[in-house]
Amino acid sequence: MTVFLVIIVIALFAVTIWQISKIFQLSRSSNVDSSQIANDKDNKSQAYIMIGFVIFFYGLMIYSFWNYSKLYLPEAASAHGSHVDNLMFLSIGIIMFVQVITQALLHFFAIKYKGKKGNKALFFADNDKLEFIWTIIPVIVLAGLIIYGLFTWSDIMNINEDEDPMIVELYAYQFAWRARYSGEDNTLGSANVRFIEGVNQLGVDESDPYAMDDKITTELHLPVGKPVVFKLRSQDVLHSAYFPHFRAQMNVVPGMITQFGFTPTITTEEMRNSEYMVDKVDNINEIRKDKSKELMAEGETPLDSYEFDYYILCNKICGQGHYNMQMKIVVESQEDYDAWIKEQQSFKETMASQQEQDSAGDAPQEDVKVAAETVEVKEEN
Amino acid sequence: MSAVGHATLDHAHDDHGHHHKQTFITKYIFSTDHKMISKQYLITGLLMGVIGILMSVLFRMQLAWPEQSFWIFKALLGKWAPDGVMSPEIYLALVTIHGTIMVFFVLTAGLSGTFSNLLIPLQIGARDMASGFLNMVSYWLFFVSCVIMLSSLFVEAGPASAGWTIYPPLSALPQAIGGSGLGMTLWLSAMAIFIASSLLGSLNYIVTVINLRTIGMSMTRLPLTIWAFFVTAIIGVVSFPVLLSAALLLIMDRSFGTSFFLSDIFIQGEVLSHQGGSPVLFEHLFWFLGHPEVYIVILPAMGLVSEIMATNARKPIFGYRAMVASILAIAFLSTIVWGHHMFVSGMNPFLGSVFTFTTLLIAIPSAVKAFNWITTLWKGNLQMNPAMLFSIGFVSTFITGGLTGIILGDSTLDINVHDTYFVIAHFHLVMGISALYGLLAGVYHWFPKMFGRMMNKNLGYIHFWITAVGAYGVFFPMHFIGMAGLPRRYYTNTAFPYFDDLADVNVLITVFALITAAVQLVFLYNFFSSIFFGKKATQNPWNATTLEWTTPVEHIHGNWPGAIPSVYRWPYDYSKVKEDGEYVIAGQDFIPQNVPLQENEEEMNH
Repeated sequence: MTVFLVIIVIALFAVTIWQISKIFQLSRSSNVDSSQIANDKDNKSQAYIMIGFVIFFYGLMIYSFWNYSKLYLPEAASAHGSHVDNLMFLSIGIIMFVQVITQALLHFFAIKYKGKKGNKALFFADNDKLEFIWTIIPVIVLAGLIIYGLFTWSDIMNINEDEDPMIVELYAYQFAWRARYSGEDNTLGSANVRFIEGVNQLGVDESDPYAMDDKITTELHLPVGKPVVFKLRSQDVLHSAYFPHFRAQMNVVPGMITQFGFTPTITTEEMRNSEYMVDKVDNINEIRKDKSKELMAEGETPLDSYEFDYYILCNKICGQGHYNMQMKIVVESQEDYDAWIKEQQSFKETMASQQEQDSAGDAPQEDVKVAAETVEVKEEN
Repeated sequence: MSAVGHATLDHAHDDHGHHHKQTFITKYIFSTDHKMISKQYLITGLLMGVIGILMSVLFRMQLAWPEQSFWIFKALLGKWAPDGVMSPEIYLALVTIHGTIMVFFVLTAGLSGTFSNLLIPLQIGARDMASGFLNMVSYWLFFVSCVIMLSSLFVEAGPASAGWTIYPPLSALPQAIGGSGLGMTLWLSAMAIFIASSLLGSLNYIVTVINLRTIGMSMTRLPLTIWAFFVTAIIGVVSFPVLLSAALLLIMDRSFGTSFFLSDIFIQGEVLSHQGGSPVLFEHLFWFLGHPEVYIVILPAMGLVSEIMATNARKPIFGYRAMVASILAIAFLSTIVWGHHMFVSGMNPFLGSVFTFTTLLIAIPSAVKAFNWITTLWKGNLQMNPAMLFSIGFVSTFITGGLTGIILGDSTLDINVHDTYFVIAHFHLVMGISALYGLLAGVYHWFPKMFGRMMNKNLGYIHFWITAVGAYGVFFPMHFIGMAGLPRRYYTNTAFPYFDDLADVNVLITVFALITAAVQLVFLYNFFSSIFFGKKATQNPWNATTLEWTTPVEHIHGNWPGAIPSVYRWPYDYSKVKEDGEYVIAGQDFIPQNVPLQENEEEMNH
């Protein structure tokens, strides 16, 4: 496919260049005018080339929509996501409508009114009515889009506390993610990077009773249909928690806690079995198989076959490992989630296991305490 | 001619017969003549452009054929490409420096610097800039800034690589990324000098436009180019100092242990002492410049295009007053929309609503301008010079790229396309490609004025059509991989098998990019060979009305050998007819601004 595309593009360019050079030869042979100012012949030939360009341009737009619109993300897997998608499709519709018309007019005029000696241009400097019309039309259309957008935006961003959302911390560092579940009390223990020590990699405050039942994991599991609010915290630099399939994104900022809430609506299993994803994954595995063959021919290890999982990725440049900062997300039934979270070690257990080791090695716990006194803990939930 | 510009202004024209001898140094290097300075800006800008575009070619190759070995990587990147495979560090450095060079050094200095310097005195009827000396200082600061920026490419730990937006803490901590050491220091120094240069230039432009207009050149008779440069300079003066403040605070955080932007950081096994700063503050400061900056880039291009389009359509620009009003509206709104870069930065969501509102407002004057350009073509007598083609191309890419701004400016939609390739496609079309088209249109159009020779039109046609096809080939498909959720600034997409089916599109984009970049060589050849061997230009090759075409082809200090011409009309009297349907001046479809009103002629009330 790739090779095919490349060949087509190169061939098209070759044809273009050949055509252009032909036109130049034609215009040159009978043309002694060397003023380097466009004459009637140039106007004509350029207008013809512009027809070709318009065909290319509209062809490219059609080709792109035909072949690439399927690349758009699958059905949104969150409650608010369908609103985002509706607004997106509405906007794309309006945009493409305007695009097709204005580009057509622009190029049509450019071709139709190509210059010719003796032609007289119309001295048309002003028309208040016309200008009023094309000021007011964008105003109305944009007002509609703004209102639609703002309602959706405030719905998304204003987290409804009445629904008793599950509180989960997402912790970002160069170059990976951790999740911290708030446990039975649904309250995160306070934390600060100054508490980071040994197995306490997220800097959770050991003296905070809320922290004891917190559970730190390397995968994010979410029960379907349950609202969740992510509290985002960074260890080092800016990151951005991007959940493309849930139409959710928020930056992770060192020194402050940002948040984003949504309700997952489609389980990983359902998404895998959706028509869209079955096709997509088949296609991807086809590509990977081809690539594996090449790799094996070179004596390298082949690629694994791919199975879809939701993921979160980092979408704010954060260093050389930025391109591979990801975490798997599993959306599952409440029962599956409960079973999974039960298996995870709580913060208390983690620290206890460290203490056991420490008592063997007699590691000092004092440093952490000192740090805790000198630093004002700003973490709050 | 050692007399500086403003000295000659006072005693008008009588002194211009005998000039002092100029040495090579005063004529070509430390020149205070605005025409020479504009050439210096242009050539420096073009050379920086070559470097910037070459960088994009390199990282596009990496994106299309990830982690493959190329001899060119080995040759150009050296230790950053072991065995010819580009390393992630240098990938980030390349995108960072590409962005910086293209936005600031090519499209700000190269575009606005070149044409403001060339056209402001010539089109308003002045002998030179208000201060020729400051003008010279402005260019040389720009030059120094270029040298520092380029020297950062040779730093041991690599050049700045935190993205052209240099968000801290990444840009503040050498522990976080190698390029944030000496490379970033040099980046910040270069930008500080660049800002000084830009401010000197801008102040000069503003003063010149306000004070040195010739007799009869009222503000409503200014060509749209001058309006654009004038307003651009004002935005620059308003917003560039804010970037300087951001850079200074960042320098303090980096070097003197302050905490303006840093707080609660644990990196490489140790806690930093910084406490209480906020990276979001930096984002506000950066984008307070950063957003007006895109208008600083695009407004001059709009001015050039308006002028070139009217001239080559042999028609007045449609809606002169609306064009001026929309320039002013865009300029005003541009300073209150910066937050749309920060919808998901963690700032208060209410602010997101406000910025959505102001951002979508800015679409209105932009739409008015686009419609007015299209109407300018309607029933024209279009002369398809290369400059005209680039102007039409400008309107096309401006519309295509501008429309997707409606998606990005909407906070709701921005959530899911923020920092994806959708953004890259959007801003490259609307400000990158469009502004480059404006620059190229300007070069083709005013080349005879700058160098006294013509560029080869056939090479110009080849250059335009392949560029036009290639630019859309690069950036139109790019929207779709953005909507598929592909983040920008990823060294490779292979870490996510989910993106495997986007690889084809990336190859297609890169092939288009390679071809488009290659055809710029045609332009460079045309440009440099025409300087020496181009056909000699006539005084007014395009039959234009503005004052620069009343000056002789040979450059002289003070621009006009005799008195400065007075102005009697607006600059767009193309194809103006009397009541009987004949041209006002028989056999001539244009009336230069310095021609008094003719008998039976009605003055347009603009």
